[in-house]
Amino acid sequence: MLYFANWKVLLICAVCLAGVLFSVPNLFTQAQLSHLPEFVPHKQVALGLDLRGGSYLLLEVDFAKAQQEHLNTVIDSVRNALRDAKIGYTGLEVQGDAITFTIRDTARIDDARQALAKIDPELTVQIAPDGAGTLKLNDAAMQQRRRQAVDQSIEIIRRRIDETGTKEPTIQREGSDRILVQLPGVDNPEHVKALLGRTAKLTFQLVDQSASVEDARRGRMPAGDAILPAVSEGRGQSSGASSYLVKKRVMVGGDTLVDAQATFQNNEPVVSFRFDGVGARRFGDATRENVGKPFAIVLDDKVISAPVIREPITGGSGIISGSFTVQSASDLALLLRAGALPAPITILEERSVGPDLGADSIHAGTVASIVGVALVIVFMVLFYGLFGVFADIALFFNLCLMLAALSVLGGTLTLPGIAGIALTMGMAVDANVLIYERIKEELRGGRSMLSSLDAGFTRAFGTILDSHVTTLVAGVLLYWLGSGPIKGFAVTLSIGVLTSLFSAILVTRLLIVTWVRQLKPKEIPL
Amino acid sequence: MRPLIVIRRVPKIDFMRWHHFGFAFSALLSVLTVVLFLTQGLNYGIDFVGGTLIEARTQGPADLAAMRAKLDSLKLGEASLQQFGAANEVLIRLPQQPGGDAAQMQAVQKARDALGPGVEIRRTEVVGPSVGSELIRAGVLATVLALGAIMIYVWFRFEWQFGVGATVATLHDVITTVGLFAIFQLEFNLTTLAAILTIAGYSINDTVVIYDRVRESMRKHRTMPFRDLINLALNETLSRTILTVSTVALAVLALLIFGGEVLRGFSIAMLWGIVIGTYSSLFIAAPILYYVQPNRRAIAKEAAAEPRAERAAR
Repeated sequence: MLYFANWKVLLICAVCLAGVLFSVPNLFTQAQLSHLPEFVPHKQVALGLDLRGGSYLLLEVDFAKAQQEHLNTVIDSVRNALRDAKIGYTGLEVQGDAITFTIRDTARIDDARQALAKIDPELTVQIAPDGAGTLKLNDAAMQQRRRQAVDQSIEIIRRRIDETGTKEPTIQREGSDRILVQLPGVDNPEHVKALLGRTAKLTFQLVDQSASVEDARRGRMPAGDAILPAVSEGRGQSSGASSYLVKKRVMVGGDTLVDAQATFQNNEPVVSFRFDGVGARRFGDATRENVGKPFAIVLDDKVISAPVIREPITGGSGIISGSFTVQSASDLALLLRAGALPAPITILEERSVGPDLGADSIHAGTVASIVGVALVIVFMVLFYGLFGVFADIALFFNLCLMLAALSVLGGTLTLPGIAGIALTMGMAVDANVLIYERIKEELRGGRSMLSSLDAGFTRAFGTILDSHVTTLVAGVLLYWLGSGPIKGFAVTLSIGVLTSLFSAILVTRLLIVTWVRQLKPKEIPL
Repeated sequence: MRPLIVIRRVPKIDFMRWHHFGFAFSALLSVLTVVLFLTQGLNYGIDFVGGTLIEARTQGPADLAAMRAKLDSLKLGEASLQQFGAANEVLIRLPQQPGGDAAQMQAVQKARDALGPGVEIRRTEVVGPSVGSELIRAGVLATVLALGAIMIYVWFRFEWQFGVGATVATLHDVITTVGLFAIFQLEFNLTTLAAILTIAGYSINDTVVIYDRVRESMRKHRTMPFRDLINLALNETLSRTILTVSTVALAVLALLIFGGEVLRGFSIAMLWGIVIGTYSSLFIAAPILYYVQPNRRAIAKEAAAEPRAERAAR
């Protein structure tokens, strides 16, 4: 036990030194840090939103909705395929995640299967002997589409949030179809929520003048038409109609926009936009063929306005006027620039903390930790004298190592995380207590000083390991279970358990060995 | 430098004499918890049941009645207002809104507007119904897994009889901590759950210390009656049981007093769990061994192999 290989001593000292070095940056402010020379570590512990203030939003991508929309576009191909093969069918519609239909002539089921299989390899065709059939996305395609939808959503959310000027937002995937958004410094995320809550799918569609909305409501809906409500927000109704009969076929989609800006026209806030080449050509053609007719500018299935086409618009740019306020015009421009979400998004969870409360929490957490550590330090000296001091020195290095690990690994410190630090400080000296009590016992049992020291460390080790493992189990499960702040607790608890294993056993032992070697004491002060 | 406080003598407390009381007391507490849990239920925070929580600070002492009136006019269901720390700090809870996740999000903005600009909103939390039920599931699962993992670990390190004792004791600690929250209707939220899992991981520690000693004594004193042997192990380890618990209790006490309102529930749960965990190690975990009787001959046989292994480990 008295023997400590030189390389071990060096390693222990090096780890302690690194702990101090990498934890020191946390004592300085950012400004002070920037004056320090290059070779000094600069990384600080990142503070969680509950400490620095900010908003945490958990979003869910409504993939089912996106899938339904996709199937709605497929349904035309199904109709064509069956018609081309001259197969009679009924009840062709989208139901949930499948297209359903019934083949009239059960003798032609095989033909139908063949015809439908050609549409898209992503689709699985199933037709029962009675003619009832479904068309579904196969699992691989579904998963890929889901992944794509979430990826795309993340990208678009990032663009939208960047446009609002929020600094350092974190946007990441969570599970299969969730997105976690963290906005430091935002304590009322209403604006962001409003921006994220909109799909922003813009389309230009012709208004059908062959029938009135009332006729259509009464059941005489022209084929391929839909009734869409007018946007009700903004400054009241200016354009009159509350809903429009619109052709479902899209003239041009918002995905062909390259730019959108809020500006003024006749002192009214409007949004000006520009198409890319394809969009410009399509818009030009569509307007040329329909001069004199009204077309609807549709955003998320609501009609913003329905101006009459006076002349072909071939310049590839235009203006959307509606009853905008300055804010709603600039929001719409922002949404159009950022692009449409592939699927609607629901906000599942929101947690926001104001900067004042965050600062208060840091203060309370720091005070509690310092008091806790101070109490533990005094306690150890009271009960173990010099050996207590050794334990306290090890405790200091433990604290440094924890902070260093958090800084270097990029862990996030939350308020429960601070509680985890305070807690592990109390647990760290447990190992020392076990060792020292064992040494005392061995001394009482009549062993010599050195052999008691030796037995104390070796015999207590198994117990210490057991207790650390069980706590670590809890820590890992918490990390897996928890979100945000709780994860922070799990991180500090687990790191603390690991670092205390090092500090309480190796550092304390090295201190005691050095003390025995250098001062050659006659007895152990326990 | 010598310690100021020294525990010299090994105490001679007859723990086993009291273990019937311990069993009865713990059984009573556990049954009470289950009954309360089934009848009254827990005061779940919004983490689990969904809803809205707003921490607000007013200029001057808060007028709860006026604030309640403002919120009630919104028809968002029964708002609960509660002083939170200082006299000008209020914690407002709004129940889960009908209409799914989207409806929750609108409620918080309505409440903000209703309270007006004179009130500083320090914190808002909105949890939709889908996340809440997931968290309950994950919480129960994590607790069960933790207990299972600990049992397997103890079983692996000792004999299965020890595993049984450790599991019963840990389960007892978890149940009675839930009981504390049921009796006093303290808010049960994610932080509480974190505390409970930590208790599960920590309260096993002194049990392991005691079990280690029981096993060691079984090798050393092969003929001693098992009842006396348990008593001896408990007395020999009593000082370290108390000292290790004290250091953690000190740290938690500091958190309870200085850590602020947000950590209060966590600190209360931890403190209770530490105390009850120590009690259960002494009066549940150890006496249970008397009833499940580990195989003394097998353990004594191992003793011959052990010292060599110990030497090799060094």
